[in-house]
Amino acid sequence: MRRLPFSPWHFLLMPLALLFVLPLVQMLLTSFMSNAEINQFPPKLIPTALHLEGWRALLSETNAPRWLLNSILVSAVSVLAHLVLCSTAGYGFARLKFAGRGVAFMVVVATVMIPIQLLMIPTYLMFARIGIVDTLAAAFVPWLASAFGIFLMRQFFLSLPAELEEAALIDGCGRWRTFRSIVLPLARPAMATLAVFTLLSSWNDLLWPLIAISDDSRFTLQVGLATFQGTRHTEWSQLMAGNVLATMPLILAFLLAQRRFIATMTFSGLKG
Amino acid sequence: MAALTFAVARPVPARPRPKARRHLTGWAFVGPATLIVVGLSLFPAVWAFFISRAKWNGITAGVPVGWGNYQQLAQDPDMLAAARHTLLLTVFFVPLSIGLGIVVAIALNQRIRLIGFYRTCIFVPYVASAAATGILASFVFNPQFGAANDVLRHLGIPQQQFLESPSQALYVIVLIALWGEVGFTTVIYLAALQDIPKELVEAATMDGAGRWRVFRHVTLPELRPVTVFAAVWQTITAVQLFDLIYTTTRGGPLNSTQTVVYYIYELAFQTQRLGYGAAAAYLLFVVTLLLTLVIVWYSRRRGSEVF
Repeated sequence: MRRLPFSPWHFLLMPLALLFVLPLVQMLLTSFMSNAEINQFPPKLIPTALHLEGWRALLSETNAPRWLLNSILVSAVSVLAHLVLCSTAGYGFARLKFAGRGVAFMVVVATVMIPIQLLMIPTYLMFARIGIVDTLAAAFVPWLASAFGIFLMRQFFLSLPAELEEAALIDGCGRWRTFRSIVLPLARPAMATLAVFTLLSSWNDLLWPLIAISDDSRFTLQVGLATFQGTRHTEWSQLMAGNVLATMPLILAFLLAQRRFIATMTFSGLKG
Repeated sequence: MAALTFAVARPVPARPRPKARRHLTGWAFVGPATLIVVGLSLFPAVWAFFISRAKWNGITAGVPVGWGNYQQLAQDPDMLAAARHTLLLTVFFVPLSIGLGIVVAIALNQRIRLIGFYRTCIFVPYVASAAATGILASFVFNPQFGAANDVLRHLGIPQQQFLESPSQALYVIVLIALWGEVGFTTVIYLAALQDIPKELVEAATMDGAGRWRVFRHVTLPELRPVTVFAAVWQTITAVQLFDLIYTTTRGGPLNSTQTVVYYIYELAFQTQRLGYGAAAAYLLFVVTLLLTLVIVWYSRRRGSEVF
């Protein structure tokens, strides 16, 4: 490969890249420091010795392992539900003709205009009525399906040529089987985008579980950490260990599937 | 048409489907997701309006007060302060996130060494949750031992209180929000830059335009639709900012970072004033809706259709 000449852009990009990534590196390294070491000024980036007190305290004194499990469950249910519900709905809106289709789709799209603060109070009340306050359901019900997901899948199905499905339908394949065995396998890229979007939203969500869950053992990681920070805000090594637990799964996923994540960000930007 | 001729040509015609069945199939596909989306947004949004016209703590029966909550809000000093904080936050966050997004996207669009490394570094904070970002930021900006004060010390600038200072906290929150969100604006600008036809830039260069003039008269106009979108989107993000405030200052110190959304949260879930909180939420909704319409209207007048 030809060596590219040195570019002045490095003077902008190198400091910027460090500014964005160093806090995360510091978070990781601080989780391996002792609190005495953390409370020194000037601060150190590299721990002098490997201290596991923060991690040990986090895993034994708090419910963090439980929170991690809860977060995984909430995200798994959200992603699965999103994939099933939004792909079927997206297909229905793109291809099937039925009474009320236009109106229903308009209503779904219009709901993106409704801001979260308007929903906080009635959603809490609704959760209370159906009895899911203080259960994990309060954390995943808001992420079962979304207007964004339906829209994304509909756009994708509209872009597919219809001939394939028509051939299958003529061969006596029902709508459902055509969808399952012909259309869905083609939809992998869109489904991956949808999965990344849902994973990011549900894993990082703080507000819904915060207002609806007060039982410590039902917390997700985000709520657990936010609450823990409120009560013991000086236990930095523990807090940073918790932060690592809350961010590293997604950061690792991002590093492994960077293209997919960036495609998701681009789509939610240009079409969302 | 092709389908019809085929069907006729076949010895066994496909089973005729009655109309009702077709509608039923359609709704079977879209029904569940539509029901969930509408049930979790439109339905509660309408309900919130009825709640906003009552004095209600969520337990005892509500007392209808008509527009009383709204009238009271207009004179509520806490609401006015919260509105001011939300406005300040938006006014700083939106242009900065757009400006930085453009600059970083242009830098990342260069074909230079390490570009993959730079991209990864700059996008990675976007996947970190706002809650974790807030906790990390309160560590970095800790006045006693935080890295931010260490940087200032190296630059010979006096030590600051950051999130613990009522006059600085809101601006520090803007910085933290930028750290988490610039990755997003950068990504959409990067995609837009790569969509600009190369011929356009080449033609301008051939006509003798310098780099700056190409940027000013070719690149920027091509980016305008994205900018309108980003302005609307980032305004919504700034107005709805909650997680970061919750995990850094919780509205403090001295209420200096209490935004409208945070105030609504406190009204509803700390002081149980559900009707009053719902009214504040509706007020904010109407204001942001008008703001969005103004941005869209203004951009249409300037001749860039995106919505």
